[in-house]
Amino acid sequence: MQVSSIHFKRSVTQKLNDAKLQNALSRLQTRFVEGRAAVIGEIGDFEETRTAAAAIRDRVLGNLDQWLLRFEQQAKARGAIVHWAESDADVNRIVTEIAVQHNVRKVAKSKSMVTEECGLNEALEAAGIEVMETDLGEYILQLAHEAPSHIVAPVVHKNKEDIADLFAEKHNRPRNTDITELCREAREILRPAFLAADMGISGANFLIAETGSALIVTNEGNGRLVTTLPRVHVAITGIEKVVPTLEDVTTLLRLLPRSATGQSITNYVSVLTGTKEAGDQDGPEHFHIILVDNGRSTLLGGDMQSMLRCIRCGACMNHCPVYQNIGGHAYGWVYPGPMGSILTPTFVGLENAPDLPNASTLCGACGVVCPVKIPLPDLLRKLREKQMDRGLKSWQEKTVLKLWGWLARRPDTYALVTKIAVRILRYSGGKDRLLHHLPTATAWTAGRDLPAPHGKTFRELYRQRKLS
Amino acid sequence: MSARERILARIGMALGDRDAEIDPYLAAHPRGPAPAIQDNLITLFKERALKLSSDVIDVASTAEIPARVAHYLQERQLPTRGVCWPAVGGLPWNAASLEITVRCANGHDMVGITGTFCAIAETGTLMMLSGPETPASNSLLPETHVAILNTQRIVASMEDAWDLLRAEHPLPPRAINFISGPSRTADIEQTVTLGAHGPYRVLVILVTDPD
Repeated sequence: MQVSSIHFKRSVTQKLNDAKLQNALSRLQTRFVEGRAAVIGEIGDFEETRTAAAAIRDRVLGNLDQWLLRFEQQAKARGAIVHWAESDADVNRIVTEIAVQHNVRKVAKSKSMVTEECGLNEALEAAGIEVMETDLGEYILQLAHEAPSHIVAPVVHKNKEDIADLFAEKHNRPRNTDITELCREAREILRPAFLAADMGISGANFLIAETGSALIVTNEGNGRLVTTLPRVHVAITGIEKVVPTLEDVTTLLRLLPRSATGQSITNYVSVLTGTKEAGDQDGPEHFHIILVDNGRSTLLGGDMQSMLRCIRCGACMNHCPVYQNIGGHAYGWVYPGPMGSILTPTFVGLENAPDLPNASTLCGACGVVCPVKIPLPDLLRKLREKQMDRGLKSWQEKTVLKLWGWLARRPDTYALVTKIAVRILRYSGGKDRLLHHLPTATAWTAGRDLPAPHGKTFRELYRQRKLS
Repeated sequence: MSARERILARIGMALGDRDAEIDPYLAAHPRGPAPAIQDNLITLFKERALKLSSDVIDVASTAEIPARVAHYLQERQLPTRGVCWPAVGGLPWNAASLEITVRCANGHDMVGITGTFCAIAETGTLMMLSGPETPASNSLLPETHVAILNTQRIVASMEDAWDLLRAEHPLPPRAINFISGPSRTADIEQTVTLGAHGPYRVLVILVTDPD
């Protein structure tokens, strides 16, 4: 997928002024934020489960090569073919080769964010293979030629009227704005696509080393259909998604749907191991699993490693005051919100996403809700440090920080400068003691007044109190 | 060097020297924290299943099943023709004026009748194993899925279900499907709509018959 994170600031202004988007984003609040709050109490000690989940993820990451090799060995023993892809181009090439090898003309695909990273659909279409997205949200986006704006609810930025217009145009049917009817219409259009597909492509939420299985959680049932009906199934996922045992994946499953959509469990959890067995009447004859690196291994062993614990629930974005106001598209790549503000610069380069580490108030909500305890605010702060170290900050910011650093090391000069500054500010505040305009922070004062200082610095007041 | 070797080399380099023994952990497969379940498993399963929009009917013996299924379908003016797994093909479906064929479901079948490997009380979930006699399509393609479940096969947690699987099957089957109610989507305006790509309704027949 094309990276447009460089245009973050321009995009934000546009998103903030988009009334329809603002209305759509408020729905996430009610359904996902309140939904999560309502179900986390169901599992007794939620914190204990978060700690256990983080430990499971760390156990894997600390020995990732060994767990991947065991997964590969077990998957192969059951007849799956395991591929390794270093980059997005590798993924596209491998999938196209599999498709050609099996004479595939039609592909039914369930939701996979890794394939969004790769731009897989475009690559397959260029090879003359027809691809149908089958997750309702992704299907809508495919019709509209748009990118997802949320990793769990990809089409959150559209309302039912938008979708009704789109369906009426693309399906050639009378326009309908009833949500149940829209869902039925998509079902009727997509059912033949499932039945006709030669190949199913899915992601995998987890890979289980113990059994060599790929685990998929879905609600719609499309994940089951694309992995049951077509004769070829290709599961594509990141190398970090491996988990040791069935017990470990169970612990993670107590957290994933609760954190994502406020569900105790998703409608379907499918554990897929190997190919169609002797006598089986359904299931794929060929099962390919693609383990994708695409930048992930560079996070290992460094200060960003804990980001690889991520199980892609989306809780961090649902709870982020920045995401809640601008939606996902402004972030400019596949992953939005706090997790995206870390993954995007790490995967595509800090210089290509300079605003993302700063697109956070560091309020800490993301770190508090993260089911695998990723210290997201700390990681954002570390990225800001890296930006400074690599000279990727604006000259204004660099100058201000340098000046402040110079002053801070000279206490007497500091005292003098601040003494003068607060007096000027008090004077500028006038009678109502409010600054309506501040030359260095025009964007800030455009929306609100800055209370003017009362005329004395903290140090002056401190000395006064001590003396009296 | 292949992509595989390069990826593994990068990981090895980043992680450095360490105790890379994973077998003891796999052999122990320890359980994580789980909610304590004090309630009766059957009561809890029912409560949770209903909350997930499954329908639940209690029967005292398997002989009652066809009539109860027929009543359920007729009440909702649903088609009475469908498919089932071989294990339940012997029930007197015809006598209850249902037309049930033993085979794997296709895209046009409206009713799919299956057994259940076991069920999980904690979440009200059905666990299905695929196999020659238990095709996964029957719980997936039809608009109505009827799952027959013996109350003795209700376990507390997913961990208990894994123990049962390990005890009864040396290897996991091609597909294990955990089903928690009818398929659904909330993609349009975050409004939950039942019946996305899978069944519109799931009827669980709870059999207390000790056989």
